Amino acid sequence: MPSGTSSWASKVLALLAKDLRAEFRTRYALSAVFLFALTTLAAVSVSLGAGGLPAAYLAVLFWVILFFSALSGLAQSFIKEAETKTAVTLQLATSEDVVYFGKWGFNLLLLLGLEVFLVPLFLVLLNVEVYQWWLFVTVIFLGSAGLVSSTTLIASVVAVAGVRGALFSVLSLPVLLPLLVPLVQVTEKCLTPGVMTPGTAELRILAAYAGIALTGGWLLFPFVWRE
Amino acid sequence: MTGPDSTTASGIGFVVTASGVSKAFGRRRICTDISFVLRRGDRLAVVGPNGSGKTTFLKILCGLLRPDRGTITYHFHGTTVPRNHWHALVGLVAPDLALYDELTALENIRFLNDVGGWGKTGGQLRSLLGDVGLAGREHDLLSTFSSGMKQRLKYAAVLVKAPPLLLLDEPTANFDDSGAAIFHEVIQRQRAAGICILATNNKQEAELAERHIVMGE
Repeated sequence: MPSGTSSWASKVLALLAKDLRAEFRTRYALSAVFLFALTTLAAVSVSLGAGGLPAAYLAVLFWVILFFSALSGLAQSFIKEAETKTAVTLQLATSEDVVYFGKWGFNLLLLLGLEVFLVPLFLVLLNVEVYQWWLFVTVIFLGSAGLVSSTTLIASVVAVAGVRGALFSVLSLPVLLPLLVPLVQVTEKCLTPGVMTPGTAELRILAAYAGIALTGGWLLFPFVWRE
Repeated sequence: MTGPDSTTASGIGFVVTASGVSKAFGRRRICTDISFVLRRGDRLAVVGPNGSGKTTFLKILCGLLRPDRGTITYHFHGTTVPRNHWHALVGLVAPDLALYDELTALENIRFLNDVGGWGKTGGQLRSLLGDVGLAGREHDLLSTFSSGMKQRLKYAAVLVKAPPLLLLDEPTANFDDSGAAIFHEVIQRQRAAGICILATNNKQEAELAERHIVMGE
């Protein structure tokens, strides 16, 4: 049977590279995500001032800003394929798992890029001090992986749905709530002086969530992608 | 027109079978009990007025939609091909299918080559663009292309894969005379390479096929 000869990974990378190139030319998702984050962070910073907020509030603020910024952009790569009629091209170009992991990788890079931009601004504008850096970085990475793994599948559902509207947010909120709670708890520990905890239990929960969401998305995606 | 040698080889032993295929959207019947067997060299025309379901039938044939009743089966050297592998065997040129406006012509077909793993070199991809009359426009963004040029690029995109099953929906839409010549050359080559199915309202195009299905009757 004739088929492609390249490795699975190189096909995924080809889709990832295409999405990155298209994104840098159109700023379709980038502008939505970064402007939302910047606007929200500026509003919070001006309203609350720098310093004085308890660690619990700071942790909640951090994830709320990141969460809603991400929601404004993570669905775009799939929705754009549907709106511009390139989804059919992609369906006939490669296998479902290449599409799923290519889009997952793009969304993860988009979110990590947002965090590289958002975290320093958050720390500076709200005068936040991080007491456990390794834990803080690990939590952000695991949280991002979980967030992206859930939203990639949901975005594909929304893209094929006739009526989109607020469907992405409505579907995402209940799925992501179990992720947000441990994220906020561990982040609070990172921002609290004198609390030197490894946070092992929470990290396990976050890693398990990301793993289950990624695997579940991979298994369910073919049913969404082809009728 | 130059083309890959694998084109000819890939269609040998490939058979498409439709068995009692029926599809309806609500009360609107698209097709009823369609059956056929197609082998390399066969051409089938799907004809009928606008809205009769020609495009829907092509989408069923390439696995984008499921029939309500009946089956479509791809066989390759006697082995049934799983539906999730059909994408490697079928190429579609259709108004409902678009390429990426934010990429150049060459980037578009390079992406399709890489994501499908077809292993064409840069020179082969440029040659394909030349074959469809897009030489010199390789590095122009698709958003700057006319509708006829976009249609030409769709042909180049499908030739990257050199599929044993080629589906052409309104194949000469937006084409000028030289574009129509590309269409004729492609389906001529496809006779040696595999199966070609045309969905068209154009009598002359339909007459290029030996077998016909009339939709909307």
